[in-house]
Amino acid sequence: MHIPDGYLSPSTCAALYAGAAPFWWVALRRLKATLHTRVVPRLALFGAFSFVVMMFNVPLPGGTTGHATGVALATVVLGPAASILAVSTALAIQAFFFGDGGVTALGANSFNIAIVGSLVAFAVYRVAAAGSPLTSPRRMVAAGLAGYVAINAAALVTAVEFGLQPLFFRDPSGAPLYCPYPLSVAVPAMMLGHLTIAGVAELVLTAGVVAFLQKSDVALLAGGAGANVPRGSAAEDRAVGLRPLWLLLGVLLVLTPLGLLAAGTAWGEWSASDFNNPQARAAMAAASGGQAAPTAPPGGLQRLSTVWTAPLPDYAPPFLRSAWLGYLLSAMFGTGLVLLAVAGIAALVRPRGRNGTAGGTVGV
Amino acid sequence: MTTTARMRRGFLERTLDGLLDAMERASAADRHAASAGWLQHLDPRVKLAGFGGLVAAVALAHRLDVLATLLAGGVILALASRLPVAALASGIGIATLVFSAALALPALVLTPGRAVATVPGLGLGVTAQGLTTAGYLVLRTATTTCLAWLLVFSTRWSHVLKALRAFRLPVVLVVVLGMTYRYVLLLLDGAHDLFVARRSRTVGTLDGPTRRRLLAQGAGVLLARSLHLSGEVFLAMQARGYRGEVFVLDDFAMRRADWLALVSFAAAAGAAIWIGR
Repeated sequence: MHIPDGYLSPSTCAALYAGAAPFWWVALRRLKATLHTRVVPRLALFGAFSFVVMMFNVPLPGGTTGHATGVALATVVLGPAASILAVSTALAIQAFFFGDGGVTALGANSFNIAIVGSLVAFAVYRVAAAGSPLTSPRRMVAAGLAGYVAINAAALVTAVEFGLQPLFFRDPSGAPLYCPYPLSVAVPAMMLGHLTIAGVAELVLTAGVVAFLQKSDVALLAGGAGANVPRGSAAEDRAVGLRPLWLLLGVLLVLTPLGLLAAGTAWGEWSASDFNNPQARAAMAAASGGQAAPTAPPGGLQRLSTVWTAPLPDYAPPFLRSAWLGYLLSAMFGTGLVLLAVAGIAALVRPRGRNGTAGGTVGV
Repeated sequence: MTTTARMRRGFLERTLDGLLDAMERASAADRHAASAGWLQHLDPRVKLAGFGGLVAAVALAHRLDVLATLLAGGVILALASRLPVAALASGIGIATLVFSAALALPALVLTPGRAVATVPGLGLGVTAQGLTTAGYLVLRTATTTCLAWLLVFSTRWSHVLKALRAFRLPVVLVVVLGMTYRYVLLLLDGAHDLFVARRSRTVGTLDGPTRRRLLAQGAGVLLARSLHLSGEVFLAMQARGYRGEVFVLDDFAMRRADWLALVSFAAAAGAAIWIGR
C-alpha cells in the first residue's frame, strides 16, 4: 500500500501533495479548535501509536499474517481529523526514517491511506453504528467493516493512480516511465491482495481493539467517530436522518459512469438525425418489434429538436475527451442543479417571521 | 523450515523482530550521525536541500544511465562519509526487493513492445520496453532509498527537523514530528516489553482466535497508554511554561565547506535533470 518513489510521476506526486494539503489544513484547524494547547502532545502520541501499530503482524484466519494500517482504529477512537494528521505523521516518519514509502510519494500515500482511509472509515462507521450503544456488538462489527472498506477504498485509489501512469508518461521508445500497468491490470492486482488479506487484517485489528476497549475502557470509544450527535433540536435530528441519503447520493454519483456500459439508445429517445442513419434505423426497427421507422424524421420532431441546444449533450461535455469523466461531471452538475432548485423552492415556501426574516432551516 | 520452526516463529516473534529492527535502525542512525565523516560535518540545511534536489532529479530523469550514475554517486558519498555500505546495501536491497520485485518483474513480460528474449519454460516474451520499465522502477526506488538513507544516517533527526524550519515548514509540524519520533521509540519499547511479557507466559501453541485476541489486547493497551501518556506529557509541558506556542532554536551557521557542498549538490542535481530529460 505504501507507494515507493519512482512509481508515480512528479506531476502526479505534486498533484496529490496539493490534494492532501487542504485536508491537512482543515484537520489541523479542527483539532486546534477542540484540543487547543493539547494539540501538539496529542498529535505526537497519536502519530507514534499509528506508526507502531503499522508494525504489528496480524494473525489471519488460514494461518497467514498481514499488516494493518490502523487508520480505521484511529478514526473510530480519535475522529477523522486526528486520524488524518496522526497517520500522515506516521507515514512521514516511515518515509524519511525507515524507507517505507517514498519521500516524493508521501503526499500520495497520505492522500490514499490517511485521508481517503480516514474519511471512508468515518462514513462507514457512523452509518453502520448509528444509534447503537457504545458497548453493543454492532459497534464492533461496524468498526471492523469500516476498517475493511477503508483499506480497500485506499487501495482502489492507489490502483487508479498507478493505472493512470502508463497512459500519460512514456519515454520515446514507448516504455512506461513510472508504474507500467494500465488500470485493467493495476486495479485487479491491487484489489485482490487487499480484498483477501490486507482488508481482513484491518478488519481483525479494528474490530478486535474495539471489542477490547468495550470491555476495558469504553470511555475511549465515546470520542472520535463514536461521539454521539446531540439530539437537541429537530434540525439536528433531521440532519442525522438525512446523512445516509447523502452518502447514498454520493455513491450513486460515483457509479454513474456505469451507464456507459449500456449499449444503444433507449426506445423513443432517438434524435432527428437517427432517422437518416441506417444503423440507427435498424436498431429502431429491432427495438420496435420489426416495425420500420419512417424514412425521414417526423416534421414536428425535426422542428422542435432545434429549439433548445443542451449545454452538455448526451452527458458528454464537448470540452472533455473522457466519456466516463463527462458522465460523472454531468451527474454532478445535474444533481447540483436539482439541489439548488429544491433549496430555492424551500426558501420560497418557508414560513417567514413577523419582521420578514426567514425562520427555520432548509432540509436539503 | 520445519513445521515446528514455523510454529515457533508465529506472529508474536515476527512482530517482536519488526519492533527490534526498528529500534536498532534508529539507534544505528543516531550512532552514525554522531560519527566523523564528510556528510556528517555538513550543515543539515545543505544536506536537506541537496538530497531534496537529487531526489527531484531521480523523479524527473528519463534515462537509465543517469539514474545509475546517481545511485553510484550515493554509494561513493557513503564511502566518503565512512557510513556502513553493507547496511546501505541491505536497506536498498530490502526496499527494492519488497517494493519493486513484485511490480518490476511482471513488467518484463506484460509491457507491450519489441520482444528480445523468452522466459524458459513459460514461453512468455520479454520486451525491450519491459526491460527499460523494470530498470526505471528498480533504479528509481534504489536511488531514492539510498539518498534518504544517507540523509538519515548522516544527520541527527533533531537536526533534520530543525533544518526543515529553514524551508518554512510550520513550527507546530516540526515540533509534532520531533515529538512523534521520540514517542515512536518509547512506544516501540513499550510494545516490545508487552509482547515479550506475553510470550514468556505462553506455553504451547495458541489457536487462531486466541492469537488475534492477544494482538487486539496489545494494540488496545498501547492505545490507552498513548492517550494516558499524551495527558502526562501535556501536563509536563505546561509545568515548564508551555502555553500553546512552540519555538525552536535556529543555531546553524554556514561555513565555506557547506556553501561548496551546496553548489556541488545543485550542480549534480541540475546536470542530472538536464541530461536525463
